[in-house]
Amino acid sequence: MSLWTDPQTPANLRPVREPIASSRVVIIGGGVVGCAIFRRLAIAGLQPILVEAAADILDGASKGNSALLHTGFDAPENSIELACVQAGYREYMAIKHKLNLPLVESGALVVAWDEEQFAKLPAIVERAHRNGVTDVMQIERDELRKREPFLSDRALGAVLIPGEHIIDPWSAPLAYAHQGLAHGGRILRRCRVTGGELDGQRWMLQTTLGDIAADVVINAAGNYGDLVEAINRESPFTITPRKGQFVVFDKPASKLLHAIILPVPTERSKGIVACRTAFGNLLVGPTAEDQQDRSRAEVDQATLERLIAKGIEMIPGLADHSVNAIYAGLRPATQFKDYQIAVDRQRRWVTVGGIRSTGLTAALGIAQMVGRDFAEAFDGVRDEEPIWTPVPNLAEDRARPYLTEAGGDVVCHCELVTRSEIEAALAGPLPAGDLGGLKRRTRCMMGRCQGFYCSAQVFALAEGRLAS
Amino acid sequence: MTHKSDVLILGGGPAGLSCARALRGLGVHNAVLLERESALGGIPRHCGHVGFGLREFGRICSGPDYAKRLADQAAGTDLRLRMTALKLEPGGLVRTTGPNGPEDFQAKAVVLAFGARETPRSARLISGSRPFGVMNTGALQQFVYLHGKCPFQRPVVIGSELVAFSTLLTLRHVGIKPLAIIEENERITAREPGTWVARLGFGVPVLTRTRLIRIIGRDKVTGIEIDRGLGSEEMECDGVILTGKFRPETALIAPSHLEIDAGTRGPSIDPYFRCSDHNYFAAGNMLRGIETAGQCWREGRAVAEMVIAELENRLPAREPDAHVTLQGPLAYVYPQRIYRDAPDHPLLFKARVSRAVRGRLSVVVDGKVVWSRRISALPERRIAWRLPNRDMRSCQQVSVEVDAA
Repeated sequence: MSLWTDPQTPANLRPVREPIASSRVVIIGGGVVGCAIFRRLAIAGLQPILVEAAADILDGASKGNSALLHTGFDAPENSIELACVQAGYREYMAIKHKLNLPLVESGALVVAWDEEQFAKLPAIVERAHRNGVTDVMQIERDELRKREPFLSDRALGAVLIPGEHIIDPWSAPLAYAHQGLAHGGRILRRCRVTGGELDGQRWMLQTTLGDIAADVVINAAGNYGDLVEAINRESPFTITPRKGQFVVFDKPASKLLHAIILPVPTERSKGIVACRTAFGNLLVGPTAEDQQDRSRAEVDQATLERLIAKGIEMIPGLADHSVNAIYAGLRPATQFKDYQIAVDRQRRWVTVGGIRSTGLTAALGIAQMVGRDFAEAFDGVRDEEPIWTPVPNLAEDRARPYLTEAGGDVVCHCELVTRSEIEAALAGPLPAGDLGGLKRRTRCMMGRCQGFYCSAQVFALAEGRLAS
Repeated sequence: MTHKSDVLILGGGPAGLSCARALRGLGVHNAVLLERESALGGIPRHCGHVGFGLREFGRICSGPDYAKRLADQAAGTDLRLRMTALKLEPGGLVRTTGPNGPEDFQAKAVVLAFGARETPRSARLISGSRPFGVMNTGALQQFVYLHGKCPFQRPVVIGSELVAFSTLLTLRHVGIKPLAIIEENERITAREPGTWVARLGFGVPVLTRTRLIRIIGRDKVTGIEIDRGLGSEEMECDGVILTGKFRPETALIAPSHLEIDAGTRGPSIDPYFRCSDHNYFAAGNMLRGIETAGQCWREGRAVAEMVIAELENRLPAREPDAHVTLQGPLAYVYPQRIYRDAPDHPLLFKARVSRAVRGRLSVVVDGKVVWSRRISALPERRIAWRLPNRDMRSCQQVSVEVDAA
């Protein structure tokens, strides 16, 4: 008999408050990783509960990333990260149509800007091949110019990674969450876990909404991962949030680029990327700045100016384009290079920590890994017939409601968001929890005017209707 | 099906509406005007305070009243609301969407009158967190005048262009006195600052030579960091209103085939308000950012006359003979596209300097100074002058120059 499958109440149970909810498994953290695990375990029939401290899912590390689907070509060899990225990549490709998720097939180019970087290109190709990404190859300067005519002619050459692509960083995890809900999972927002005890066979988690009982707890708490881990054990890792600032240029700039432009990486970070977004903009970032604050990521004028200068250095034509948006994200860096994934069957606790910027891709792979472990441990866990829950399309390369809907009443003129899109985001099984959630679900107020024209109307529509 | 007409006006603010009215007066009866909002009037629609209409209607009225009068005067034109233009294509073909779904319109003359908007926090690259409560005047006015709400109680106002005083009036409407007006320059930008502040400032402190350094607050604004030249200090507040720094709304022009001027950031035009594609005209604040509604109204009328001239084939069909180049501290000059033989039409130049300057402003044609005058100019004031077209008999190179004394 597995340790996991014996939820009988121990005899020495002391009287406790009645839990507000109980489940075989509770996932702490509604980021992309939490949502992907939630989906997987829900499909497996486990009826998981996902708890999120913020007013809406995707409010932490998953809020501000560069939205890339990675191949793992540059991941550390034989790492958990590599395995999860590649498994996640494959699953995304397999399910994207069913969930109506976009894929901008851009490819990526690691560009060498000086001789020293140029000399490192062959090693990048070799590692990619060792990582199983066999279509990666070095290309000459002329070929690079042909592919990216707007790139600065200072570029000496590049490594081409055909499989790296651009996705929608919010619709994907939202779709995972919706699918999990369709399979009987529950999501509790504004539910911050403050402590917990393993009482014999069962966890009782204290949260701001009340106690929640669970046979197994999964820590997917992102930037709070080490603090949540301390509920179970002294955390073997420490999170030092790494801030990344980004500049988003207005849509006309996107014609200056086809591929994702990556720098030759350093030990510390993947470096500053320039790429299009699924929404039709052009993005430059992130920086890599360590900080202590886990929730607040500030932008900084001097840094943003440097990012813009860096963008113009790579793509001189960017000088003629204006900035739409600025943002900063926090990625949960630890002292270790690899992800911190561990299963403690004895104590019924799963750790999924230190998931860095690759997490958007890796989430589905991580979820597979956690799901496999549950399947081994639980009797009779088997996948249900998947219920597909397609999400509304926000990507620019496919038709959006303003083009297809008769009576399409455009509220946000910059991003062409219709009234019915906003109405839909305020309804359904997981309505927007706050303004940020509404923006991520629809893109309203996220365009070049940043709400000059539409914010009052958006607020009037949303008044009293933001959930959680 | 493509809807065809002689004239298509995009934008139902002061410039677009006055153009529509003037066209009717000049005998064009099949013009169509498209407005993307659900009401006509443009920005004045949500400027609930007085200060409009003296030139146009001989009396001072409030923004909404003014907007309504403009709309009434344009009645008779085919006015369509909630119509969003999506794409401008050569030949005057405009792709739109609206209550009936996607529709195409085509006209011999398309008048672009999209207006201008303030520069948001993002494009100003302001440091700090990104909480709710940071907005432009335009958004604030819609909250207050269209929805009867105010998102904060103790905001600060950044900038002191004329619109900052519109912000004060807007706040007074809901009984809110801002904590301060913050201006990074030495003095207030709006004209007649003394009068404005005395009459409308209601004792709101004006901090000049003060820079906004950073915005503080996680979900909502809790304060700002400012620098008055003595290092940084914190000021508690619950909102930040970013006023002014208007820029033309060129969302549709930037991705189109039309040429944009780096100075005005609006479309390059010729003396007849035509863009680089002669099927397109431009009017009002989209030419250069903010001027008064009255100025836009006048431009709308002027454009109507030029549209008639174009429809009657009275305007040169060829490419312009010269493009204006700038020398010295000039932010912009328009028109940018010049013809040598402007028929019956003196060249009216409008310009702004990029910094406070005393000196000489000259127009140099093919190396010869054809016009000049002494100026003492500030960046926020418009400079305008007429050049009789005899001065342009030959022209390959036209440059507008400012020699700072």
